Amino acid sequence: MDFTLSEEQTLIRDSFRRALQHLVDLDNIRESARTEEKTNEALWKALTELGLPGVLIAEDYGGMGLGLLDAILISEELGRAGASVPFAGSTVLASMIISTLGSRSQKEAWLPGLASGEKRIAVGVSVLFSNRKMENKLVFEKGKLNGGSSFLLDFAGAQGYLVSDRNRNFYLVEANAEGLSKRHFPSVDQTRSVGHLDFKDVSAEPIPIEDSLQINQALNAARVVLAADSMGVSETLLEKSVDYSKERKQFDRVIGSFQAVKHMCAEMTADLQPCRALIWYAAYAYDHLPEEFDLNALLAKSHMDGVAQRIAKTATEVHGGMGFADLTGVHFWYKRANSNRATLGSPKHLREEAAKLQAL
Amino acid sequence: MDLNDREEHRLFREEVRQFISSYRHLVPTETAFSYRLQPRPYSEDVLAWQKLLVKHGYAHRTVPKEYGGAGEEPDILKNQIISDEFFKESIPQGLTSQGISMLVPTLLEHGTEEQKAKWIKPTIEGDIFWCQGYSEPGSGSDLASLQTKAVEDGDDFLINGQKIWTSSATIAQMIFCLVRTEPDADKYQGISYLIFPMDTPGVDIRPLQTMTGHPSFNEVFFTDVRVPKSQVVGGRGKGWMVANSTLKHERGMLSNANGSLDRLLKIKKLLKAETWNGDCLGKDPLIRDRFIALQARVQAMRLHEMRMISEAEKGGARSLGDMICKLVGCQLNYELDCFAIDLMEDHGLNFDDDPSITSASYWQKQSMYDLGLIIGGGTAQIQKNIIAERGLDMPKEPRVKGA
Repeated sequence: MDFTLSEEQTLIRDSFRRALQHLVDLDNIRESARTEEKTNEALWKALTELGLPGVLIAEDYGGMGLGLLDAILISEELGRAGASVPFAGSTVLASMIISTLGSRSQKEAWLPGLASGEKRIAVGVSVLFSNRKMENKLVFEKGKLNGGSSFLLDFAGAQGYLVSDRNRNFYLVEANAEGLSKRHFPSVDQTRSVGHLDFKDVSAEPIPIEDSLQINQALNAARVVLAADSMGVSETLLEKSVDYSKERKQFDRVIGSFQAVKHMCAEMTADLQPCRALIWYAAYAYDHLPEEFDLNALLAKSHMDGVAQRIAKTATEVHGGMGFADLTGVHFWYKRANSNRATLGSPKHLREEAAKLQAL
Repeated sequence: MDLNDREEHRLFREEVRQFISSYRHLVPTETAFSYRLQPRPYSEDVLAWQKLLVKHGYAHRTVPKEYGGAGEEPDILKNQIISDEFFKESIPQGLTSQGISMLVPTLLEHGTEEQKAKWIKPTIEGDIFWCQGYSEPGSGSDLASLQTKAVEDGDDFLINGQKIWTSSATIAQMIFCLVRTEPDADKYQGISYLIFPMDTPGVDIRPLQTMTGHPSFNEVFFTDVRVPKSQVVGGRGKGWMVANSTLKHERGMLSNANGSLDRLLKIKKLLKAETWNGDCLGKDPLIRDRFIALQARVQAMRLHEMRMISEAEKGGARSLGDMICKLVGCQLNYELDCFAIDLMEDHGLNFDDDPSITSASYWQKQSMYDLGLIIGGGTAQIQKNIIAERGLDMPKEPRVKGA
């Protein structure tokens, strides 16, 4: 048994970490945050050169053909940096669903462009987890879509959309199709793009789904990817807290010498440390232990969501007023953690799925 | 990352399974927990099982042959394989008393040849039982402030003072004990680590009743207890360093994710067996939600331990990941116990052995015992200081002048 990363995996992680340290700072996070699109196109281009968009796409289509464990290492780094680029939607969900379920012509039409970073696909699956009543139901008839799709991930700058109805039927739509109207969603997370679509007789192609278990697997894979993002987010929040507590002085002492503050940092650490193994294991199971994958993915995301929420709050408190102020930027990671939590199913929803899987 | 056994470990797992199926009929009926709750001399069955495990190298396997062990090379993965296979088959593992888990590694590291030859074999075989004389009424978290005095008298020390929280003192034949031998030295430099028999004249034991209803701890009083100087382990004045190497072993002993998994699996059975208003408990949405949340934490700790084992195997130093185990594991166990008690509603209040009621008294006692472990072996708050100061490199608490 070896529960450590291989040399190649360490290399992938380190190269993304270095690149992101170099390319992302608070200034350009703020700059992206001010735009409606959020996505940092220059950063996307730079990360494309490292192979980011094709990480899960087969080499035959120009991708890297790597496993989910590799993808989550990248995801953690994106979360750590607070990077404003598409990932969980376009790079993970769309690539996986088209790769495993798409027709030959769909694969040929989309995968090479996705792998090279020239194309991106925004993904709308919120309807699958939402308990809210949808007034604008998605209906497919005679090759045309009518209705709406909400909370599409990786929305800005997409060349295509992959949307699901309540019954797990998936449709591919070209971004320039007639009858499509788009709205950016003013999400609390200022580092990634989310949006809504309305369809009025829009041409769409159904994904030929033979086995809906594969849809489950792709959704769960994307959940593990979001969990890894939250782990990176939490690492940054903890690191910023510890650093700040060693600088900030009150009562003639750095605040990090007070037990009250030390214990907050120790609790964040104790919460966070075990998450890594849980997330790594879930990703490893996708590639090597498929029968264990779904349960572990659900446990990983629902657990990480809770940990990240606590860390986001505690880290803000360690920073005191400076955590509440915009200056330190702590809030960007606070918001990103909360966005991950509400995406692809709330913790309550995931735990209910996990209970059903175990026949409880 | 590759979670398959390497060939050597695959074969070893086979061996362990073979051992279990050959000797299952010799497994003693008393559980380790019952001994912890009510310390008493080990039964013949328990001792025979312990000797069998030691002989086959399934307990304390790295203890050298000349001291009664199997003399195996350290292999953290093999330890884990033994632990996992025994756990899966509900087979008791080797005894984990303080003597075995703390004194033996300390003697191996710091003891004289004579001390090792005399004490290690009977200790790992369970024939000699030790208690630990560390804490004092005024020295708990600040252990190094301990006041029990050992004054030179010819070739002996004369010991006077009091220890508390001494588990199993009533049944122990021997004690390993921290005493102040150099009263003028700095508090960390003046301590020596002594071993001596509990029947030495002047040793007085008073059981300490606890919230579990069992006197699992004691107070031990020393009045002019005479101990030869040769009974010091690791050198005069070196006791603090020697004790710290033992405490490290204790902290490892107090967390083990299989213990959490055991509780979780028992709870899962309760969820399927118990009913509320005719529906099995597992159908209740809040109960399901709470169960899965706990399951995720247990799974995280199990996998975290595996990751730590792999890192240690590759030669990694003690990391943040190791430092959190006692804090997180003990808290998790306690919460699991409390969840089980909730599931039994007022039946869960049962505190006396009554087999007719879903072992409710087991969970009550287990929860109190686990609360004790949150405090013992370095309180949760001390663990947080360690994580912050040693792990995150945060500044130490400024020392108050004169303290």
